[in-house]
Amino acid sequence: MKETKAIGDFCTNGKGSRIVIIGNGISGITCARHLRKRDSAAQITIVSGETEHFFSRTALMYIYMGHMKYAHTKPYEDWFWEKNRLCLVHDWVTQVDFEQKQLQLKQQEPIPYDTLILALGSKTNKFGWPGQDLKGVQGLYSFQDLESMEAHTQNCARAVVVGGGLIGIEMAEMLRSRKIPVTFLVREQRFWDNVLPKEEAELVGRHIREHHIDLRLGEELDSILEDEAGNVRAVMTKAGEEIPCQFVGLTAGVSPNIDLVKNTALEVNKGILVDAFFATNIPDVYAIGDCVEYRTPPPLRRPVEQVWYTGRMHGETLARTIAAEPVPYKPGPWFNSAKFLDIEYQTYGQVPNTWEEPVDSFYWEHPDGKKCFRALFNSESRQLQGINAFGLRLRHAFFDEALQQHTPVEAVMERLQEANFDPEFYDRFHPQILQAFNTQFGTSLKPKKNKKKGLLAIFGL
Amino acid sequence: MALLFFNALLFLGEYQLTEAKLQEVSSEQNYTVLRTELKPMLGKTYGSSFAFVSDFNKYFDAYNTRQQENEQWDRVIWDDYTFAATKAASEGIVKENRGVWLLLTVILGTAGALLYILPLYRNETAGIKHDGIMFSSNKARGVIGITLGVYLILLYVVLYWFPAYIVNWTLLVDPLSRFLSGGPASQWFLYGTIYTLAILVMGIRMFRKYRGNKYQTLRTSSVMFFQLSFAFLLPEILVLLNKPWHDFKNIWPLDYTFFFDYRVESMVSSGTIGMFMFVWGILLIILGVPLMTYFYGKRWYCSWVCGCGGLAETAGDPYRHLSDKSLKAWSIERIMVHSVLVFAVVMTLVTIANYFSGFALLGQATGVLHQWYGFLIGAAFAGVVGVGFYPLMGNRMWCRFGCPLAAYLGIVQRFKSRFRITTNGGQCISCGNCSTYCEMGIDVRWYAQRGQNIVRASCVGCGVCASVCPRGVLKLENGPEQTRITDIPILVGNESF
Ligand SMILES: Cc1cc2nc3c(=O)[nH]c(=O)nc-3n(C[C@H](O)[C@H](O)[C@H](O)COP(=O)(O)OP(=O)(O)OC[C@H]3O[C@@H](n4cnc5c(N)ncnc54)[C@H](O)[C@@H]3O)c2cc1C
Ligand code: SF4
Repeated sequence: MKETKAIGDFCTNGKGSRIVIIGNGISGITCARHLRKRDSAAQITIVSGETEHFFSRTALMYIYMGHMKYAHTKPYEDWFWEKNRLCLVHDWVTQVDFEQKQLQLKQQEPIPYDTLILALGSKTNKFGWPGQDLKGVQGLYSFQDLESMEAHTQNCARAVVVGGGLIGIEMAEMLRSRKIPVTFLVREQRFWDNVLPKEEAELVGRHIREHHIDLRLGEELDSILEDEAGNVRAVMTKAGEEIPCQFVGLTAGVSPNIDLVKNTALEVNKGILVDAFFATNIPDVYAIGDCVEYRTPPPLRRPVEQVWYTGRMHGETLARTIAAEPVPYKPGPWFNSAKFLDIEYQTYGQVPNTWEEPVDSFYWEHPDGKKCFRALFNSESRQLQGINAFGLRLRHAFFDEALQQHTPVEAVMERLQEANFDPEFYDRFHPQILQAFNTQFGTSLKPKKNKKKGLLAIFGL
Repeated sequence: MALLFFNALLFLGEYQLTEAKLQEVSSEQNYTVLRTELKPMLGKTYGSSFAFVSDFNKYFDAYNTRQQENEQWDRVIWDDYTFAATKAASEGIVKENRGVWLLLTVILGTAGALLYILPLYRNETAGIKHDGIMFSSNKARGVIGITLGVYLILLYVVLYWFPAYIVNWTLLVDPLSRFLSGGPASQWFLYGTIYTLAILVMGIRMFRKYRGNKYQTLRTSSVMFFQLSFAFLLPEILVLLNKPWHDFKNIWPLDYTFFFDYRVESMVSSGTIGMFMFVWGILLIILGVPLMTYFYGKRWYCSWVCGCGGLAETAGDPYRHLSDKSLKAWSIERIMVHSVLVFAVVMTLVTIANYFSGFALLGQATGVLHQWYGFLIGAAFAGVVGVGFYPLMGNRMWCRFGCPLAAYLGIVQRFKSRFRITTNGGQCISCGNCSTYCEMGIDVRWYAQRGQNIVRASCVGCGVCASVCPRGVLKLENGPEQTRITDIPILVGNESF
């Protein structure tokens, strides 16, 4: 580890309460920023062992691919922290003493706290496969993982990626950017079909193959084989095929990173258990972000949510609770996005991989097989339930409102052009989509135009 | 290869000045003087342009110094004959085989570049093509990038201040120049030709790189069209028709000489076309710029029409990520670009005042201002730094820190325009692609991750942030002013308060 800097004056002198955050990911940093906005006296310290400064985990792949350097992935310039009196401690916490209210660090002096916020993030799942700890076998979560991947793919004739989720496809894309042949083992019959409906999963599957990735659906990892030097030599599939390779990416999901607080007074299950205020069972100890498990999940939400957006919302909300008045966490309609190689994906509301009466589905796919649009709705109340879009950009605010207002699907379809967020001059697909809807449901909906007035209409705006 | 030949040309051939040649390039009156002064040179053969120019300047300066010492001001020859004389003197394999050399250099170079560019990304799907940029020696300030930068800087220095050394290059494009305008090629014609070729060839590269991206494709076609027609062909044709050289899409204060007396005079004295030039130019300044910018943002000019922008967006595209995104750079930018605008406006006001006061009072001041502006801003900044620094500090150094027109457009865009980059609710993942590839050094992510629209004076609307964003967060659009500047305390998606 790098030589750590001495803690600045602004960190320890002052009369405000001492708030210590473990973890400088999106949840911890968002919380710290909002705390500072609301409370100028608080002494805020952020401890992390991974990197000194906050960087965007979602951009790890772009560093490997040469689109950006590490410095580009830092959302704030380095002066930002001291200017806002956010004290950064670059070290690992080895133990939390909940009685004494103190943290033990690996290298530096213990840090006392009045309020502790755990924002520990996730870690890669490993399911006890034989050979999972060999050299050249790894997941992709941390900055250290990235460095290790860089080192172990220098002379790589083939790589195998195990597990078809979002990080799996990112890893495959990363390797392809260095022209490394990739075999992609996916246990499911279709790519990510535990989340995506059949058509969407097939669309992505086709695109993966188009990128010369050897996608093996319905195949599982059995074991990883080693050579004399302790490096990976090949993987063995459950079907008995041996695939020679020099690198194996394990991307079968992540789980809350709670090693630090296991077997302590803190109550945990899969993640750190919290109530609607992110309070744990210990007073003055809160948890946010990936490492959290809700005791009572918010409506339509799962108990553990490991995405960027939820981490950010946790941070915003908890800061308010600590520095102003207690507010329970109430997320709005679900949304998420990702990019599968060249195809962007956005989702709003609830679109599970399968559905039952009374839920009905409308699906449109462009003839090129790379763009599609799905709307799920209640066939009785007509209320919109969720949207999937591939290869199209849609307006978040539009669907956030439609979902909150329980807008009927027909009313949404009529105004679809307002939801369009594709760049100017791009082909517009809403007429085709509306047409397809009319055909499928025997309706005769027409686009509802916003009348343009006066001068602007003349200029075609 | 072609570049090698091209550079080698400068060292090839011989130089011999004869009386006939001298007569051709100089005015009647000066010819007599020059003939006596340059006597020792006439008929002598020089092996390189360096030796020739150095001798030429020696005799020429000696004469002028003598006159000055004797205070014979009217006898001093103010005209610069170095370039013309050197060009006329050039002989030998370059001059005699112009066609062959043109083929070997410019044409071969273009063909080579196209051969490389056309098959780019051929077996790939349409998408973002940024793999490996940060590892590239050329694109990430490696040895190649720095060498190229130094080479370009030298090129500009020679072009602006020592054109006599590159007469062999201008010889190559003489036939083209004669065909278009009827006259011989100056170093500026040569520059225009290469500039236009660069935009065209690298524009084709943009088509390959951004295949499937209509905004980028259209925008690139537009700058290619404006460069080829308005900036390159049309002005030369005007000259052929005995009209003043004029680029109809260049606007004051970028076109800082627009109000200089010689320009105004030549326009006003060139009949209807000339008057049209003058009126059109003024209309653009007072009506075109504010109106178009109100409706579409400054992009209508900076990344759709402008020649400087055109080169930056095509030849400069591989270097766009090298711009400095720091807050500090932004404060320097604001001070610099607005100072240049003030400089340009003051200079022009003085010029006009001088014009109306009959060149009496302000003659001296105007001259000095023109000289300094021309040297500092027109040549050193726009040329040497503007293009020479592409591989070092990004492709929009000039547009960002120096262009007075951009400053003017920017003020309109910031305070009175319908243009903005809309941020899509709470979808930003702070990855940083948008900021990294912003050629104007705008920290786009700063706004996007707070759910705020981007409204900045400097944004030229190239649309690359929207293209590279992996989550579909950004959209350039024109819309009602009320919804333009947003300050959302909490991002879309959180209903806790
Ligand atoms: C490759 C990749 C791509 C992703 N892409 C997306 C995406 O596109 N969209 C999306 O919504 N989500 C994405 N995610 C998920 C998203 O990044 C996470 O949900 C989010 O970063 C979690 O933030 P966090 O603040 O909870 O934790 P983290 O960002 O994990 O931060 C936790 C920090 O705490 C530190 N820490 C933990 N224990 C200790 C200790 N004992 N001592 C000191 N420090 C400690 C860790 O080192 C880490 O720095 C992606 C994740 C990965 C890995
Ligand atoms: S590129 Fe898109 S997702 Fe990434 S920081 Fe910019 S706006 Fe956000």
